[in-house]
Amino acid sequence: MIVVIIVIVVVVLLLAAGLALLVRGRREHPTVAGEPPAAEAPPPAPPAPPAPTVDELEAMLQVEAPPEVAEREPVVEAPPAVEEAPVVEAPPRLRDRLGRTRSAFAGAFGRMRGRKIDDETWDELEEALLLADVGMATTTRLIDAVRERAKEASASEPDEVMALMRDEVVSMLDDDSATRELHAPPGGPNVWMFVGVNGVGKTTTIGKLASQQVAHGHRVVLAAADTFRAAAADQLELWAERTGGEIVRGQEGADPGSIVFDAMAAANSRGADLVLVDTAGRLHTKSNLMEELKKLRRIVDRTPDALKEVLLVIDASTGQNGLVQAKQFADAVEVTGIVLTKLDGTAKGGIVLAIQSELGLPVKVVGVGEGVGDLIPFDPAEFASALFEADS
Amino acid sequence: MFDTLSDRLDGIFSRVRNRGRMSERDIDEVSREIRVALLEADVNVRVVRAFINRVKEDALGADLSKSLTPGQQFIKIVHDELVNTLGGTTGKLTMSPKPPTVVLLAGLQGSGKTTAAGKLARLLKSQGLQPLLVGADLQRPAAVEQLRVLAGRVDVPFYSETTDPVSVARGAIEEAHRLGRNIVIVDTAGRLQIDADLMDELRAIDAAVEPQNTLLVVDAMTGQEAVNVAEAFNEAVGLDGVILTKIDGDARGGAALSVKEVVGKPILFAGTGEKLDEFEPFHPDRMASRILGMGDVLTLIEKVEETFEESEKQRAEELLHSGRITLEDFLEQMQQVKRMGPLQNVLGMLPGMPKEIRNAELDDREIARVEAIIRSMTPEERRKPEIINGSRRSRIAKGSGVTSSEVNNLLKQFKQVQQMMKGMPGVARRAKKGKKGKGKGPKMPAGGIPGLPPL
Repeated sequence: MIVVIIVIVVVVLLLAAGLALLVRGRREHPTVAGEPPAAEAPPPAPPAPPAPTVDELEAMLQVEAPPEVAEREPVVEAPPAVEEAPVVEAPPRLRDRLGRTRSAFAGAFGRMRGRKIDDETWDELEEALLLADVGMATTTRLIDAVRERAKEASASEPDEVMALMRDEVVSMLDDDSATRELHAPPGGPNVWMFVGVNGVGKTTTIGKLASQQVAHGHRVVLAAADTFRAAAADQLELWAERTGGEIVRGQEGADPGSIVFDAMAAANSRGADLVLVDTAGRLHTKSNLMEELKKLRRIVDRTPDALKEVLLVIDASTGQNGLVQAKQFADAVEVTGIVLTKLDGTAKGGIVLAIQSELGLPVKVVGVGEGVGDLIPFDPAEFASALFEADS
Repeated sequence: MFDTLSDRLDGIFSRVRNRGRMSERDIDEVSREIRVALLEADVNVRVVRAFINRVKEDALGADLSKSLTPGQQFIKIVHDELVNTLGGTTGKLTMSPKPPTVVLLAGLQGSGKTTAAGKLARLLKSQGLQPLLVGADLQRPAAVEQLRVLAGRVDVPFYSETTDPVSVARGAIEEAHRLGRNIVIVDTAGRLQIDADLMDELRAIDAAVEPQNTLLVVDAMTGQEAVNVAEAFNEAVGLDGVILTKIDGDARGGAALSVKEVVGKPILFAGTGEKLDEFEPFHPDRMASRILGMGDVLTLIEKVEETFEESEKQRAEELLHSGRITLEDFLEQMQQVKRMGPLQNVLGMLPGMPKEIRNAELDDREIARVEAIIRSMTPEERRKPEIINGSRRSRIAKGSGVTSSEVNNLLKQFKQVQQMMKGMPGVARRAKKGKKGKGKGPKMPAGGIPGLPPL
C-alpha cells in the first residue's frame, strides 16, 4: 500500500516539477507584449483546499506553547540599577587565545620545515585545509592558486609556500566589498538582528555585544524574540542584568514579532539607540520558521533604515553544512555578516572561507571564550595562520 | 547542487563497463570520488582514509553483477561498509542491576544536551521507566531553568541545587532513591574538550555517580572537529554511546561516522526535530545513504506515513488502480504532497531523480502558478480537459494570470502523464499483490539505492 502512495507522490512531484519548470520557462521569455493587465476581471475564487498556512504549520510545530498567551502584552522591564559601569579590558588577541593550545611549529608548518616541496607538501597542505573544515571545493581552489603562484615565484622552500598560502587565504577573506565594522551610528535608531541554527551561541553573543556596546556609550535594548526555547528569555535577562541593558520579553510561546515591535517602541520612548534582537535558533530547512524570520525582518524594516546588521551566528565546529546555512539565511533575511563563535576550541572555522568566497559574507566578530571581553574583531591574518596550526 | 555520487561514478564506469571486473586503477579512480563525497559529508579526513582502504579490499574481489551498473555496485559496497561501521540499530541503554541507572550527558556547548535530556526522559517514560531529570549545568545562564521547564512538559520530576555540579549529581542519586525513580538523567554544562578545568569537573561527576551510560551528544552539523571532541571525551570519561542531534537539517552528518570510528560505541539515539517527541533510535542505514548523498527513501516513506491519512492513502491507491488521473485528482494529491514540506526538499529525498529536475531550483510559488491555472478551470474542465477550446482557454488564462500558451503547455504535459500512467500496468498489478514489489515507482530510473531494505 505504502508503495502505491509513494508512486503517486512521485508522479505528482514529477508532474508538478515539470509543469512548474515549463511555466517558468514561459515566464522568462514573455511572448506577447499585450499581456492581460491586472485590471482584468478578478480570478475566480479558488475552491480553497485545506492547505495548511504557515501559521497553522507553526501552530503544529509549537504544540507545547499555550496558544492563548500569544496575545499577552510583552513586559518591558526596567534594568536593575547598575552601580559600576562594566569594565571592558583591552580585547584579547586571537593569537593569545589560540596560543595556549597551539604551537606555531606544529601542524602543516612544522612537518614541512626543512623539506623540499614535492607532492607530499601539497597533500599536507590539502589535508590541513580539509581538517580546518574549509571544504573540498575551496581547498582545491586555494591549492591550485598557490601552486600557480609558487611556480611563478619559483618558490622552493616550504616556508615560502606557506607564506603564499597565507596570503592567498587573507586575500580571499579581504575582498574589497567586505567591511567588518558593526554599524550603529550615534542617535539611532539602530537594530542588529541575530540569526542562526540552534545552539550556535546567539544569546551569548548578544550578551557579550550588549556589554561592549553599553561600555561604548550606547543605550541598548535587548529583544528576547526567542520565545520557543525554554528559558531563552531568562538567559538573556541574566545578561541584561549583568550589562545594564534593558530587556523586552514576553511569555514563552508569545509571538516574536510583537516582541520585536515592542522592543523598538521601547527603544524609541526611552531614547535607546541600539536594539539587539535575539531570535530562536532554527534550521534553515524549516520553511515555516524561515518565513517567521522574514516576518521579523519586515517588522524591523517598518522603521526605515533602522536595521543596520543582520548577523548570522556560526559555530566554529560547523562543517560543510555551514555554507548551506549561510546561503539560506542570506536568501531569507539578507545577512550582512558572520559571527564566528567558539573559536577558542580546536575547531578552526574554515567554513567561513567558503562562505566569504562564495557568498561574499564577511566575518565581523569572533567569539574566543566565555568572558564578556572574549568577543573580538576578526583578523584575517591571524585566522589564516591558525588554519595551519595543529593542536598540541 | 552537486552531482550525486552515483552520477559521477557512472561517468567513470562508462569507460570500464563490460570488462566484467574492476581493475585496481579503476578502483583508485573511483576511490577518489568516494573520498570527495565523504569529505563533503564532513567525515574526518583521517577516518576517510582508513575507510577507503577497507572498501578497496572489499571491492577488488567483487564480481560485477548484471543487474547493477558498476557504479551502483561500488556504491553498494561502500554503503554496506558504512552501515557496518555505523553499527546496528540499538536505541537501548545499559540498565543497572541496582537501580537507579544513571545516564550522563556530555558534549560541547550548543550540541543539544539539555533538549536531548528532556527528550530522552520522555522516551524512557513512555517505555515504562521512571526517570529523574537532573540539571547539573550551572554554567550557562538559565540552563537549569530550561531543563526544569522541559521536565514539567514531559511530566517527570526534576532535581537541581545551586551548589556545584558534583554535589548536584550526588544529591540527585539520593533524590532518586527517595522518590523511587529508577533512571537518572544528568545534564551537564557544555564544555570544550581542551578546557582542563571543566574536563576535570566532568571526571569528578563521572566518578561521583558512576554512570552506566555516559553519552556524548554530538551535533550532526559538526565538521572535522568531531574526531577531536570524541577522542577527548572518551579519554576523560569513557563513553558508552552517542546521541546525534539536529539530524532534521540537511547536513550530511559525516560526523556520525567520525565519532563512531573513534569511540567504537554505538550511536544510540538521534534527535529529529524541535518537538520533544522527535527523538528516536538511530538508523545506520539511513545515515549511510545520507552521508553518500543518495537521497533518503526511508525518510520519504516516513513522511508519507505521517502526512497521509488512512482514507487518503486508499484514495491514492484507487487512483493508481484506475490508471487514470484527472486534473482534479492531481490538485488534490498536490495538497497532500505539499504538506510534506517544500517540494524541493521532497524531491531531494528521491534517489535517481533526473538531473534537470534535481538541479532545478524549484520555487513553491511556481507550483502555485500551476495550481492557479488548474483552479481557474471549471470542475468539468478538470475532469475532461479535452473540452477546453479556444475561448475556455483564454478564460482560464485570464483567470490565472498566464498566457494561453502556458495553459496549453500544461494540458499537453498533463496528457503525457496520463499516458504514462496508463502504461504502468505493473503498478496496478503490484499493488494488488501487496507489498511484495520492489518498491520503485515506474518513473524512477533504475539505480536507486542499493543496500536499502525492500520497502
